[in-house]
Amino acid sequence: MSAARARAASQGRLAYMLVAPATLLILLIYILPIITVLVMSFTDYTLVSDYFEFIGFENYAKMFTDSAFLNALENTVIYAVIFLPAAFIIPLVLALMIQKRKQFRSILEVLYFLPVTSTLAAMSLVWGALMDGNQGALNELLSSFGAGPVNWLGSEGVVLISLALVAIWSVIGFNMVLFLAGLTTIPTRLYEAAAMDGADHPLDRFFRVTWPMLGPTALFVAVISSINAFKLFDTVAILTQGGPDHASEVYLYLAYLEGFEYFNMGYAAALSLFFLLIIFVFALIQTMFADNKVQY
Amino acid sequence: MSTVVHTQKPSRLSALLQSVRPRSLSDAVGTLVLFIGGWIMVFPFVWMISSSFKPTYEVYDPDFTIIPKTFVGFENYAGVLFDQPYLRFMFNSAVVCLGILIVQLVTAIPAAYALAKLRFRGSTIFFGTVIASITIPINVISIPIYIGLVQIRMLDTYFAMMFPFLVSVFAIFLFRQFFKAYPDSIIDAARVDGFSEIEIILRLILPAAVPAIAAFTVFSLVAHWNDLYWPLIVVQSQDKMTATLSMMQYQSDFDTDYGRTFASAAVVSAPMVIAFLFFRRLFIRGITMTGIKG
Repeated sequence: MSAARARAASQGRLAYMLVAPATLLILLIYILPIITVLVMSFTDYTLVSDYFEFIGFENYAKMFTDSAFLNALENTVIYAVIFLPAAFIIPLVLALMIQKRKQFRSILEVLYFLPVTSTLAAMSLVWGALMDGNQGALNELLSSFGAGPVNWLGSEGVVLISLALVAIWSVIGFNMVLFLAGLTTIPTRLYEAAAMDGADHPLDRFFRVTWPMLGPTALFVAVISSINAFKLFDTVAILTQGGPDHASEVYLYLAYLEGFEYFNMGYAAALSLFFLLIIFVFALIQTMFADNKVQY
Repeated sequence: MSTVVHTQKPSRLSALLQSVRPRSLSDAVGTLVLFIGGWIMVFPFVWMISSSFKPTYEVYDPDFTIIPKTFVGFENYAGVLFDQPYLRFMFNSAVVCLGILIVQLVTAIPAAYALAKLRFRGSTIFFGTVIASITIPINVISIPIYIGLVQIRMLDTYFAMMFPFLVSVFAIFLFRQFFKAYPDSIIDAARVDGFSEIEIILRLILPAAVPAIAAFTVFSLVAHWNDLYWPLIVVQSQDKMTATLSMMQYQSDFDTDYGRTFASAAVVSAPMVIAFLFFRRLFIRGITMTGIKG
Protein backbone atom coordinates (compact mmCIF):
# COMPACT_ATOMS: atom_id res chain seq x y z
CA MET A 1 0.00 0.00 0.00
CA SER A 2 2.74 2.44 0.95
CA ALA A 3 4.64 1.47 -2.20
CA ALA A 4 1.60 2.45 -4.25
CA ARG A 5 1.37 5.72 -2.33
CA ALA A 6 5.07 6.42 -2.91
CA ARG A 7 4.54 5.66 -6.57
CA ALA A 8 1.61 8.11 -6.68
CA ALA A 9 3.67 10.78 -4.92
CA SER A 10 6.58 10.39 -7.33
CA GLN A 11 4.15 10.43 -10.24
CA GLY A 12 2.76 13.69 -8.89
CA ARG A 13 6.24 15.21 -8.63
CA LEU A 14 7.06 14.11 -12.14
CA ALA A 15 3.78 15.54 -13.45
CA TYR A 16 4.65 18.95 -12.00
CA MET A 17 8.03 18.82 -13.69
CA LEU A 18 6.39 17.95 -16.99
CA VAL A 19 3.85 20.76 -16.86
CA ALA A 20 6.20 23.37 -15.33
CA PRO A 21 7.65 24.83 -18.57
CA ALA A 22 4.23 25.08 -20.22
CA THR A 23 2.71 26.56 -17.06
CA LEU A 24 5.39 29.23 -16.80
CA LEU A 25 4.93 30.21 -20.43
CA ILE A 26 1.13 30.25 -20.17
CA LEU A 27 1.48 32.57 -17.18
CA LEU A 28 3.80 34.92 -19.06
CA ILE A 29 2.05 34.81 -22.43
CA TYR A 30 -1.62 34.54 -21.53
CA ILE A 31 -2.52 35.15 -17.92
CA LEU A 32 -0.29 38.08 -17.06
CA PRO A 33 -0.99 39.92 -20.35
CA ILE A 34 -4.76 39.41 -20.03
CA ILE A 35 -4.71 40.86 -16.51
CA THR A 36 -2.53 43.72 -17.75
CA VAL A 37 -4.85 44.45 -20.66
CA LEU A 38 -7.79 44.52 -18.27
CA VAL A 39 -6.07 46.92 -15.86
CA MET A 40 -4.71 49.03 -18.70
CA SER A 41 -8.16 49.42 -20.21
CA PHE A 42 -9.12 51.47 -17.12
CA THR A 43 -6.19 53.87 -17.58
CA ASP A 44 -5.14 56.56 -20.04
CA TYR A 45 -1.73 54.92 -20.47
CA THR A 46 0.18 55.85 -23.60
CA LEU A 47 3.59 54.52 -24.45
CA VAL A 48 4.84 58.04 -25.02
CA SER A 49 4.57 59.18 -21.39
CA ASP A 50 5.18 57.18 -18.23
CA TYR A 51 2.54 59.09 -16.31
CA PHE A 52 -0.98 57.67 -16.36
CA GLU A 53 -4.19 57.82 -14.37
CA PHE A 54 -7.02 55.45 -13.68
CA ILE A 55 -10.01 56.78 -15.54
CA GLY A 56 -12.59 54.09 -14.76
CA PHE A 57 -14.81 53.10 -17.65
CA GLU A 58 -13.97 56.16 -19.72
CA ASN A 59 -12.25 54.15 -22.47
CA TYR A 60 -15.30 51.93 -22.79
CA ALA A 61 -17.65 54.90 -22.75
CA LYS A 62 -15.51 56.60 -25.38
CA MET A 63 -15.84 53.61 -27.71
CA PHE A 64 -19.54 54.17 -28.26
CA THR A 65 -19.16 57.83 -29.10
CA ASP A 66 -15.94 57.42 -31.07
CA SER A 67 -16.79 57.75 -34.75
CA ALA A 68 -13.63 55.81 -35.71
CA PHE A 69 -14.72 52.85 -33.57
CA LEU A 70 -18.30 52.90 -34.83
CA ASN A 71 -17.04 53.20 -38.39
CA ALA A 72 -14.69 50.24 -37.91
CA LEU A 73 -17.44 48.14 -36.34
CA GLU A 74 -19.82 49.00 -39.16
CA ASN A 75 -17.19 48.22 -41.81
CA THR A 76 -16.46 44.87 -40.18
CA VAL A 77 -20.14 43.92 -40.05
CA ILE A 78 -20.74 44.97 -43.67
CA TYR A 79 -17.66 42.99 -44.71
CA ALA A 80 -18.85 39.94 -42.74
CA VAL A 81 -22.31 40.13 -44.34
CA ILE A 82 -20.70 40.07 -47.81
CA PHE A 83 -18.11 37.45 -46.91
CA LEU A 84 -20.07 34.89 -44.86
CA PRO A 85 -22.79 33.65 -47.25
CA ALA A 86 -20.27 33.07 -50.05
CA ALA A 87 -17.67 31.57 -47.71
CA PHE A 88 -20.32 29.10 -46.56
CA ILE A 89 -22.34 28.23 -49.68
CA ILE A 90 -19.58 27.94 -52.31
CA PRO A 91 -17.49 25.43 -50.28
CA LEU A 92 -20.63 23.44 -49.42
CA VAL A 93 -21.64 23.13 -53.08
CA LEU A 94 -18.07 22.24 -54.06
CA ALA A 95 -17.86 19.59 -51.33
CA LEU A 96 -21.14 18.04 -52.49
CA MET A 97 -19.88 17.99 -56.08
CA ILE A 98 -16.46 16.56 -55.25
CA GLN A 99 -17.54 14.13 -52.55
CA LYS A 100 -18.59 11.14 -54.65
CA ARG A 101 -15.99 11.65 -57.31
CA LYS A 102 -13.05 9.31 -57.69
CA GLN A 103 -11.62 10.83 -60.84
CA PHE A 104 -9.68 14.09 -60.56
CA ARG A 105 -10.40 14.32 -56.84
CA SER A 106 -6.78 14.89 -55.77
CA ILE A 107 -6.07 17.44 -58.46
CA LEU A 108 -9.26 19.33 -57.58
CA GLU A 109 -8.30 19.29 -53.90
CA VAL A 110 -4.90 20.73 -54.78
CA LEU A 111 -6.39 23.48 -56.95
CA TYR A 112 -8.92 24.58 -54.35
CA PHE A 113 -6.67 24.21 -51.32
CA LEU A 114 -3.64 25.99 -52.77
CA PRO A 115 -4.78 29.50 -51.71
CA VAL A 116 -5.21 28.28 -48.11
CA THR A 117 -1.54 27.38 -47.68
CA SER A 118 -0.15 30.27 -49.66
CA THR A 119 1.14 33.41 -47.98
CA LEU A 120 -1.82 35.79 -48.00
CA ALA A 121 0.40 38.86 -47.70
CA ALA A 122 2.24 37.90 -50.89
CA MET A 123 -0.92 36.94 -52.73
CA SER A 124 -2.45 40.26 -51.66
CA LEU A 125 0.16 41.99 -53.81
CA VAL A 126 -1.05 39.88 -56.72
CA TRP A 127 -4.69 40.68 -55.99
CA GLY A 128 -3.76 44.35 -55.78
CA ALA A 129 -2.46 44.10 -59.35
CA LEU A 130 -5.44 42.05 -60.58
CA MET A 131 -7.77 44.63 -59.01
CA ASP A 132 -5.86 47.62 -60.33
CA GLY A 133 -8.37 50.34 -61.18
CA ASN A 134 -6.89 51.04 -64.61
CA GLN A 135 -5.24 48.03 -66.18
CA GLY A 136 -5.98 45.19 -63.76
CA ALA A 137 -6.93 41.78 -65.14
CA LEU A 138 -10.38 41.98 -63.51
CA ASN A 139 -11.19 45.20 -65.33
CA GLU A 140 -9.86 43.75 -68.58
CA LEU A 141 -12.24 40.82 -68.04
CA LEU A 142 -15.16 43.16 -67.31
CA SER A 143 -14.44 45.32 -70.34
CA SER A 144 -14.55 42.24 -72.57
CA PHE A 145 -18.17 41.91 -71.40
CA GLY A 146 -18.67 45.62 -72.03
CA ALA A 147 -18.77 46.45 -68.30
CA GLY A 148 -16.54 48.33 -65.89
CA PRO A 149 -14.06 49.69 -65.20
CA VAL A 150 -14.45 49.26 -61.44
CA ASN A 151 -12.15 51.04 -59.01
CA TRP A 152 -11.85 47.89 -56.86
CA LEU A 153 -9.65 49.16 -54.07
CA GLY A 154 -9.93 52.91 -54.51
CA SER A 155 -13.67 53.38 -54.22
CA GLU A 156 -15.38 53.67 -50.84
CA GLY A 157 -18.43 51.76 -51.98
CA VAL A 158 -16.53 48.82 -53.49
CA VAL A 159 -13.45 48.30 -51.32
CA LEU A 160 -15.13 46.04 -48.73
CA ILE A 161 -16.55 43.86 -51.51
CA SER A 162 -13.06 43.58 -53.04
CA LEU A 163 -11.51 42.60 -49.71
CA ALA A 164 -14.29 40.05 -49.22
CA LEU A 165 -13.57 38.58 -52.67
CA VAL A 166 -9.91 38.04 -51.77
CA ALA A 167 -10.90 36.52 -48.42
CA ILE A 168 -13.45 34.20 -50.04
CA TRP A 169 -10.81 33.05 -52.53
CA SER A 170 -8.40 32.31 -49.69
CA VAL A 171 -10.90 30.40 -47.52
CA ILE A 172 -12.93 28.30 -49.99
CA GLY A 173 -10.55 25.32 -49.86
CA PHE A 174 -10.42 25.35 -46.06
CA ASN A 175 -14.20 25.29 -45.61
CA MET A 176 -14.56 22.79 -48.44
CA VAL A 177 -12.28 20.32 -46.66
CA LEU A 178 -14.26 20.76 -43.44
CA PHE A 179 -17.50 20.03 -45.32
CA LEU A 180 -15.92 17.02 -47.04
CA ALA A 181 -14.90 15.65 -43.63
CA GLY A 182 -18.45 16.20 -42.37
CA LEU A 183 -19.95 14.48 -45.40
CA THR A 184 -17.88 11.33 -44.97
CA THR A 185 -19.36 10.81 -41.49
CA ILE A 186 -22.90 10.48 -42.90
CA PRO A 187 -23.71 6.75 -43.08
CA THR A 188 -24.78 5.61 -46.57
CA ARG A 189 -27.59 3.55 -45.09
CA LEU A 190 -29.41 6.82 -44.35
CA TYR A 191 -29.45 7.58 -48.08
CA GLU A 192 -30.67 4.06 -48.79
CA ALA A 193 -33.43 4.47 -46.22
CA ALA A 194 -34.39 7.84 -47.68
CA ALA A 195 -34.49 6.31 -51.16
CA MET A 196 -36.88 3.64 -49.89
CA ASP A 197 -39.09 6.41 -48.53
CA GLY A 198 -39.18 7.86 -52.02
CA ALA A 199 -36.54 10.58 -51.64
CA ASP A 200 -34.79 9.98 -54.94
CA HIS A 201 -34.26 13.45 -56.25
CA PRO A 202 -30.83 14.88 -55.28
CA LEU A 203 -32.46 17.93 -53.70
CA ASP A 204 -34.74 15.65 -51.68
CA ARG A 205 -31.75 13.68 -50.50
CA PHE A 206 -29.93 16.88 -49.61
CA PHE A 207 -32.71 18.37 -47.50
CA ARG A 208 -33.84 15.12 -45.86
CA VAL A 209 -30.49 13.50 -45.11
CA THR A 210 -27.39 15.56 -45.89
CA TRP A 211 -28.35 18.92 -44.44
CA PRO A 212 -29.71 17.64 -41.07
CA MET A 213 -26.74 15.30 -40.64
CA LEU A 214 -24.29 18.01 -41.58
CA GLY A 215 -25.58 20.25 -38.77
CA PRO A 216 -22.53 20.19 -36.47
CA THR A 217 -20.09 20.71 -39.35
CA ALA A 218 -22.19 23.52 -40.81
CA LEU A 219 -22.33 25.22 -37.43
CA PHE A 220 -18.60 24.88 -36.98
CA VAL A 221 -17.89 26.32 -40.43
CA ALA A 222 -20.27 29.20 -39.75
CA VAL A 223 -18.66 30.04 -36.41
CA ILE A 224 -15.07 29.74 -37.55
CA SER A 225 -15.84 31.83 -40.66
CA SER A 226 -17.47 34.52 -38.53
CA ILE A 227 -14.40 34.67 -36.32
CA ASN A 228 -12.24 34.86 -39.47
CA ALA A 229 -14.35 37.75 -40.73
CA PHE A 230 -13.69 39.68 -37.53
CA LYS A 231 -9.98 38.89 -37.74
CA LEU A 232 -9.56 40.56 -41.14
CA PHE A 233 -6.17 42.25 -41.08
CA ASP A 234 -3.51 41.14 -43.60
CA THR A 235 -5.21 42.20 -46.81
CA VAL A 236 -6.16 45.57 -45.30
CA ALA A 237 -2.59 46.19 -44.12
CA ILE A 238 -1.13 45.34 -47.53
CA LEU A 239 -3.77 46.65 -49.93
CA THR A 240 -5.64 49.61 -48.47
CA GLN A 241 -4.26 50.63 -45.04
CA GLY A 242 -7.85 51.36 -44.09
CA GLY A 243 -8.49 53.61 -47.08
CA PRO A 244 -9.92 55.16 -49.07
CA ASP A 245 -11.07 57.64 -46.42
CA HIS A 246 -11.38 54.97 -43.67
CA ALA A 247 -13.81 52.93 -45.80
CA SER A 248 -11.86 49.71 -45.16
CA GLU A 249 -10.73 50.51 -41.62
CA VAL A 250 -11.96 47.31 -39.97
CA TYR A 251 -11.92 46.37 -36.30
CA LEU A 252 -8.49 44.79 -35.86
CA TYR A 253 -6.85 47.33 -38.13
CA LEU A 254 -8.23 50.18 -36.02
CA ALA A 255 -7.10 48.43 -32.81
CA TYR A 256 -3.65 48.06 -34.39
CA LEU A 257 -3.53 51.73 -35.34
CA GLU A 258 -4.66 52.91 -31.89
CA GLY A 259 -2.13 50.69 -30.12
CA PHE A 260 0.91 50.66 -32.33
CA GLU A 261 0.67 53.79 -34.49
CA TYR A 262 -0.94 56.31 -32.13
CA PHE A 263 0.25 54.53 -28.94
CA ASN A 264 -3.08 55.04 -27.16
CA MET A 265 -2.47 51.86 -25.21
CA GLY A 266 -5.31 52.29 -22.71
CA TYR A 267 -7.91 52.77 -25.39
CA ALA A 268 -6.41 50.01 -27.54
CA ALA A 269 -6.61 47.67 -24.53
CA ALA A 270 -10.33 48.37 -24.22
CA LEU A 271 -10.72 47.69 -27.95
CA SER A 272 -8.84 44.38 -27.56
CA LEU A 273 -11.05 43.22 -24.72
CA PHE A 274 -14.18 44.10 -26.67
CA PHE A 275 -12.75 42.02 -29.51
CA LEU A 276 -12.17 39.12 -27.13
CA LEU A 277 -15.78 39.43 -25.99
CA ILE A 278 -16.95 39.07 -29.60
CA ILE A 279 -14.80 35.95 -30.06
CA PHE A 280 -16.16 34.50 -26.79
CA VAL A 281 -19.74 35.04 -27.93
CA PHE A 282 -19.03 33.07 -31.12
CA ALA A 283 -17.26 30.32 -29.17
CA LEU A 284 -20.19 30.17 -26.75
CA ILE A 285 -22.73 29.87 -29.56
CA GLN A 286 -20.70 27.00 -30.94
CA THR A 287 -20.41 25.03 -27.70
CA MET A 288 -24.08 25.62 -26.84
CA PHE A 289 -25.35 24.30 -30.14
CA ALA A 290 -22.65 21.68 -30.60
CA ASP A 291 -23.71 19.95 -27.37
CA ASN A 292 -27.32 19.72 -28.51
CA LYS A 293 -26.66 18.64 -32.02
CA VAL A 294 -24.01 15.97 -31.93
CA GLN A 295 -26.58 13.26 -31.15
CA TYR A 296 -27.16 11.14 -34.22
CA MET B 1 1.28 14.37 -66.37
CA SER B 2 2.57 13.55 -69.83
CA THR B 3 5.68 11.90 -68.43
CA VAL B 4 3.47 9.63 -66.36
CA VAL B 5 1.48 8.63 -69.41
CA HIS B 6 4.62 7.83 -71.41
CA THR B 7 5.87 5.38 -68.85
CA GLN B 8 2.59 3.46 -68.85
CA LYS B 9 2.27 0.33 -70.93
CA PRO B 10 -0.41 0.62 -73.64
CA SER B 11 -2.88 -1.52 -71.71
CA ARG B 12 -2.42 0.61 -68.61
CA LEU B 13 -2.85 3.70 -70.77
CA SER B 14 -6.21 2.59 -72.07
CA ALA B 15 -7.26 1.69 -68.54
CA LEU B 16 -6.22 5.16 -67.48
CA LEU B 17 -8.21 6.77 -70.27
CA GLN B 18 -11.16 4.54 -69.36
CA SER B 19 -10.98 5.73 -65.75
CA VAL B 20 -11.11 9.44 -66.64
CA ARG B 21 -13.99 8.98 -69.10
CA PRO B 22 -17.09 10.78 -67.83
CA ARG B 23 -19.85 8.39 -66.86
CA SER B 24 -22.73 10.65 -67.82
CA LEU B 25 -23.47 14.07 -69.24
CA SER B 26 -24.16 15.61 -65.83
CA ASP B 27 -20.91 14.11 -64.61
CA ALA B 28 -19.04 15.77 -67.47
CA VAL B 29 -20.72 19.12 -66.82
CA GLY B 30 -19.89 18.83 -63.12
CA THR B 31 -16.27 18.10 -63.91
CA LEU B 32 -16.12 21.05 -66.28
CA VAL B 33 -17.61 23.41 -63.67
CA LEU B 34 -15.18 22.15 -61.02
CA PHE B 35 -12.21 22.71 -63.29
CA ILE B 36 -13.34 26.21 -64.29
CA GLY B 37 -13.62 26.99 -60.57
CA GLY B 38 -10.21 25.44 -60.03
CA TRP B 39 -8.76 27.62 -62.78
CA ILE B 40 -10.13 30.73 -61.05
CA MET B 41 -8.51 29.55 -57.80
CA VAL B 42 -5.06 29.10 -59.32
CA PHE B 43 -5.22 32.04 -61.71
CA PRO B 44 -3.58 34.46 -59.22
CA PHE B 45 -0.66 32.02 -58.93
CA VAL B 46 -0.40 31.64 -62.71
CA TRP B 47 -0.53 35.40 -63.10
CA MET B 48 2.13 35.86 -60.40
CA ILE B 49 4.55 33.36 -61.93
CA SER B 50 3.93 34.71 -65.40
CA SER B 51 4.47 38.33 -64.30
CA SER B 52 7.59 37.39 -62.39
CA PHE B 53 9.19 36.47 -65.75
CA LYS B 54 8.20 39.73 -67.42
CA PRO B 55 9.74 43.18 -67.69
CA THR B 56 7.84 46.00 -65.94
CA TYR B 57 6.16 47.36 -69.07
CA GLU B 58 4.66 43.97 -69.87
CA VAL B 59 3.18 43.26 -66.41
CA TYR B 60 0.26 45.67 -66.89
CA ASP B 61 0.00 45.10 -70.64
CA PRO B 62 -3.74 44.91 -71.44
CA ASP B 63 -2.91 42.14 -73.90
CA PHE B 64 -2.10 39.57 -71.18
CA THR B 65 -0.30 36.40 -72.20
CA ILE B 66 0.70 33.64 -69.81
CA ILE B 67 3.96 33.07 -71.69
CA PRO B 68 5.99 36.30 -71.47
CA LYS B 69 6.73 38.03 -74.77
CA THR B 70 10.05 39.18 -73.36
CA PHE B 71 11.51 36.71 -70.89
CA VAL B 72 13.52 38.33 -68.08
CA GLY B 73 12.84 35.65 -65.45
CA PHE B 74 16.50 35.05 -64.63
CA GLU B 75 17.19 38.75 -64.14
CA ASN B 76 14.09 39.19 -61.96
CA TYR B 77 14.78 36.23 -59.68
CA ALA B 78 18.51 36.94 -59.48
CA GLY B 79 17.59 40.51 -58.53
CA VAL B 80 15.32 39.31 -55.74
CA LEU B 81 17.70 36.72 -54.36
CA PHE B 82 21.03 38.48 -54.71
CA ASP B 83 20.53 42.26 -55.10
CA GLN B 84 17.73 42.43 -52.55
CA PRO B 85 18.08 40.86 -49.09
CA TYR B 86 15.49 38.13 -49.72
CA LEU B 87 17.79 35.30 -48.70
CA ARG B 88 18.18 37.09 -45.38
CA PHE B 89 14.39 37.54 -45.04
CA MET B 90 13.78 33.86 -45.80
CA PHE B 91 16.46 32.86 -43.31
CA ASN B 92 14.85 35.02 -40.61
CA SER B 93 11.45 33.46 -41.30
CA ALA B 94 12.94 29.98 -41.15
CA VAL B 95 14.73 30.66 -37.85
CA VAL B 96 11.59 32.07 -36.26
CA CYS B 97 9.30 29.30 -37.54
CA LEU B 98 11.61 26.47 -36.52
CA GLY B 99 12.41 28.06 -33.16
CA ILE B 100 8.72 28.43 -32.38
CA LEU B 101 7.95 24.88 -33.49
CA ILE B 102 10.71 23.26 -31.44
CA VAL B 103 9.83 25.07 -28.22
CA GLN B 104 6.12 24.40 -28.79
CA LEU B 105 6.76 20.67 -29.12
CA VAL B 106 9.16 20.51 -26.19
CA THR B 107 6.74 22.29 -23.87
CA ALA B 108 3.47 20.81 -25.12
CA ILE B 109 4.27 17.09 -25.33
CA PRO B 110 5.33 16.59 -21.68
CA ALA B 111 2.46 18.74 -20.42
CA ALA B 112 -0.01 16.85 -22.57
CA TYR B 113 1.31 13.51 -21.34
CA ALA B 114 0.95 14.60 -17.72
CA LEU B 115 -2.62 15.73 -18.39
CA ALA B 116 -3.55 12.55 -20.22
CA LYS B 117 -1.88 9.86 -18.14
CA LEU B 118 -0.71 11.15 -14.74
CA ARG B 119 -2.69 12.15 -11.67
CA PHE B 120 -1.68 15.35 -9.99
CA ARG B 121 -3.39 18.02 -7.94
CA GLY B 122 -4.31 21.06 -10.02
CA SER B 123 -4.61 19.18 -13.28
CA THR B 124 -8.22 20.32 -13.72
CA ILE B 125 -7.28 23.97 -13.23
CA PHE B 126 -4.34 23.59 -15.61
CA PHE B 127 -6.49 21.97 -18.27
CA GLY B 128 -9.21 24.61 -17.81
CA THR B 129 -6.62 27.35 -18.30
CA VAL B 130 -5.40 25.65 -21.46
CA ILE B 131 -8.93 25.46 -22.88
CA ALA B 132 -9.68 29.08 -21.97
CA SER B 133 -6.43 30.27 -23.54
CA ILE B 134 -7.23 28.57 -26.86
CA THR B 135 -9.85 31.23 -27.58
CA ILE B 136 -7.48 34.15 -26.90
CA PRO B 137 -6.01 35.46 -30.16
CA ILE B 138 -2.62 37.19 -30.35
CA ASN B 139 -4.34 40.48 -31.16
CA VAL B 140 -5.72 40.68 -27.60
CA ILE B 141 -2.45 40.10 -25.75
CA SER B 142 -0.16 41.92 -28.17
CA ILE B 143 -0.11 45.25 -26.29
CA PRO B 144 1.22 44.07 -22.91
CA ILE B 145 3.67 41.67 -24.54
CA TYR B 146 4.92 44.50 -26.73
CA ILE B 147 5.32 46.80 -23.72
CA GLY B 148 7.12 44.04 -21.82
CA LEU B 149 9.52 43.59 -24.71
CA VAL B 150 10.09 47.36 -24.85
CA GLN B 151 10.87 47.35 -21.09
CA ILE B 152 13.51 44.64 -21.40
CA ARG B 153 14.83 46.27 -24.59
CA MET B 154 14.28 43.16 -26.66
CA LEU B 155 12.26 44.56 -29.59
CA ASP B 156 13.61 43.62 -32.99
CA THR B 157 15.15 40.33 -31.85
CA TYR B 158 14.40 36.73 -32.77
CA PHE B 159 13.28 36.25 -29.18
CA ALA B 160 10.63 38.97 -29.53
CA MET B 161 9.45 37.49 -32.83
CA MET B 162 9.01 34.05 -31.26
CA PHE B 163 7.97 34.82 -27.71
CA PRO B 164 4.14 34.99 -27.85
CA PHE B 165 4.05 31.62 -29.65
CA LEU B 166 6.50 29.66 -27.52
CA VAL B 167 3.68 27.78 -25.86
CA SER B 168 0.85 26.45 -27.98
CA VAL B 169 -2.19 25.78 -25.83
CA PHE B 170 -3.76 24.25 -28.90
CA ALA B 171 -0.90 21.74 -29.13
CA ILE B 172 -1.32 20.80 -25.47
CA PHE B 173 -5.02 20.21 -26.06
CA LEU B 174 -4.44 18.28 -29.28
CA PHE B 175 -1.71 16.01 -27.89
CA ARG B 176 -3.68 15.39 -24.70
CA GLN B 177 -6.62 14.09 -26.76
CA PHE B 178 -4.22 11.95 -28.74
CA PHE B 179 -2.36 10.55 -25.71
CA LYS B 180 -5.63 9.81 -23.90
CA ALA B 181 -6.45 7.30 -26.61
CA TYR B 182 -3.16 5.48 -25.98
CA PRO B 183 -3.94 2.23 -24.07
CA ASP B 184 -3.17 2.41 -20.33
CA SER B 185 -2.45 -1.32 -20.28
CA ILE B 186 0.67 -0.85 -22.41
CA ILE B 187 1.90 1.98 -20.18
CA ASP B 188 1.25 -0.11 -17.04
CA ALA B 189 3.08 -3.07 -18.55
CA ALA B 190 6.02 -0.82 -19.37
CA ARG B 191 6.05 0.49 -15.78
CA VAL B 192 6.11 -3.09 -14.48
CA ASP B 193 9.03 -3.75 -16.82
CA GLY B 194 10.88 -0.93 -15.10
CA PHE B 195 10.46 1.85 -17.68
CA SER B 196 10.66 5.29 -16.13
CA GLU B 197 7.97 7.81 -17.13
CA ILE B 198 10.51 9.69 -19.26
CA GLU B 199 11.37 6.47 -21.08
CA ILE B 200 7.67 5.80 -21.58
CA ILE B 201 7.26 9.22 -23.19
CA LEU B 202 10.35 8.91 -25.38
CA ARG B 203 10.05 5.26 -26.41
CA LEU B 204 6.30 4.57 -26.45
CA ILE B 205 4.28 7.77 -26.63
CA LEU B 206 6.42 9.81 -29.03
CA PRO B 207 6.61 7.16 -31.78
CA ALA B 208 2.86 6.62 -31.50
CA ALA B 209 2.24 10.36 -31.66
CA VAL B 210 4.11 10.91 -34.93
CA PRO B 211 0.94 11.51 -37.01
CA ALA B 212 -0.31 14.14 -34.54
CA ILE B 213 3.12 15.76 -34.31
CA ALA B 214 3.44 15.86 -38.11
CA ALA B 215 0.02 17.45 -38.50
CA PHE B 216 0.74 20.01 -35.80
CA THR B 217 4.13 20.77 -37.37
CA VAL B 218 2.44 21.73 -40.63
CA PHE B 219 -0.17 23.77 -38.77
CA SER B 220 2.47 25.69 -36.84
CA LEU B 221 4.91 26.28 -39.72
CA VAL B 222 2.20 27.51 -42.08
CA ALA B 223 0.68 29.80 -39.44
CA HIS B 224 3.96 31.46 -38.52
CA TRP B 225 5.52 31.63 -41.97
CA ASN B 226 2.40 33.46 -43.14
CA ASP B 227 2.02 35.66 -40.04
CA LEU B 228 2.06 39.35 -40.79
CA TYR B 229 0.59 40.87 -37.63
CA TRP B 230 3.22 40.12 -34.99
CA PRO B 231 6.35 40.78 -37.11
CA LEU B 232 4.74 44.08 -38.14
CA ILE B 233 4.70 45.03 -34.44
CA VAL B 234 8.12 43.89 -33.23
CA VAL B 235 10.40 43.96 -36.28
CA GLN B 236 12.05 47.31 -36.88
CA SER B 237 15.12 46.65 -39.01
CA GLN B 238 15.84 45.06 -42.39
CA ASP B 239 18.14 42.79 -40.43
CA LYS B 240 15.20 40.99 -38.74
CA MET B 241 12.65 41.42 -41.52
CA THR B 242 10.65 38.26 -42.27
CA ALA B 243 9.71 37.16 -45.76
CA THR B 244 6.01 37.80 -45.19
CA LEU B 245 6.59 41.18 -43.55
CA SER B 246 8.74 42.26 -46.50
CA MET B 247 5.56 42.28 -48.60
CA MET B 248 4.53 45.42 -46.68
CA GLN B 249 7.34 47.36 -48.33
CA TYR B 250 5.59 47.29 -51.67
CA GLN B 251 2.71 49.46 -50.52
CA SER B 252 5.08 52.38 -50.95
CA ASP B 253 7.30 52.68 -54.00
CA PHE B 254 9.85 50.22 -52.63
CA ASP B 255 10.40 48.70 -56.04
CA THR B 256 9.01 50.07 -59.27
CA ASP B 257 10.23 47.05 -61.20
CA TYR B 258 6.94 45.15 -61.21
CA GLY B 259 8.36 41.97 -62.72
CA ARG B 260 10.81 41.78 -59.84
CA THR B 261 8.05 42.66 -57.35
CA PHE B 262 6.09 39.58 -58.34
CA ALA B 263 9.23 37.49 -58.41
CA SER B 264 9.64 38.42 -54.73
CA ALA B 265 5.99 37.54 -54.03
CA ALA B 266 6.60 34.17 -55.70
CA VAL B 267 9.76 33.58 -53.66
CA VAL B 268 7.95 34.40 -50.39
CA SER B 269 4.98 32.12 -51.06
CA ALA B 270 7.06 29.33 -52.64
CA PRO B 271 8.13 27.39 -49.50
CA MET B 272 4.60 26.74 -48.23
CA VAL B 273 3.17 26.09 -51.70
CA ILE B 274 5.94 23.65 -52.65
CA ALA B 275 5.72 21.87 -49.30
CA PHE B 276 1.95 21.60 -49.81
CA LEU B 277 2.36 20.02 -53.24
CA PHE B 278 4.69 17.40 -51.75
CA PHE B 279 2.75 16.66 -48.56
CA ARG B 280 -0.81 17.29 -49.73
CA ARG B 281 -2.63 14.95 -47.32
CA LEU B 282 -0.59 16.07 -44.34
CA PHE B 283 -1.16 19.74 -45.14
CA ILE B 284 -4.90 19.37 -45.52
CA ARG B 285 -5.06 17.44 -42.25
CA GLY B 286 -2.75 19.81 -40.40
CA ILE B 287 -4.35 23.04 -41.48
CA THR B 288 -7.94 21.94 -40.98
CA MET B 289 -7.11 20.10 -37.75
CA THR B 290 -8.75 22.84 -35.69
CA GLY B 291 -11.93 21.82 -37.45
CA ILE B 292 -11.81 18.09 -36.96
CA LYS B 293 -11.33 18.07 -33.22
CA GLY B 294 -15.16 18.22 -32.88
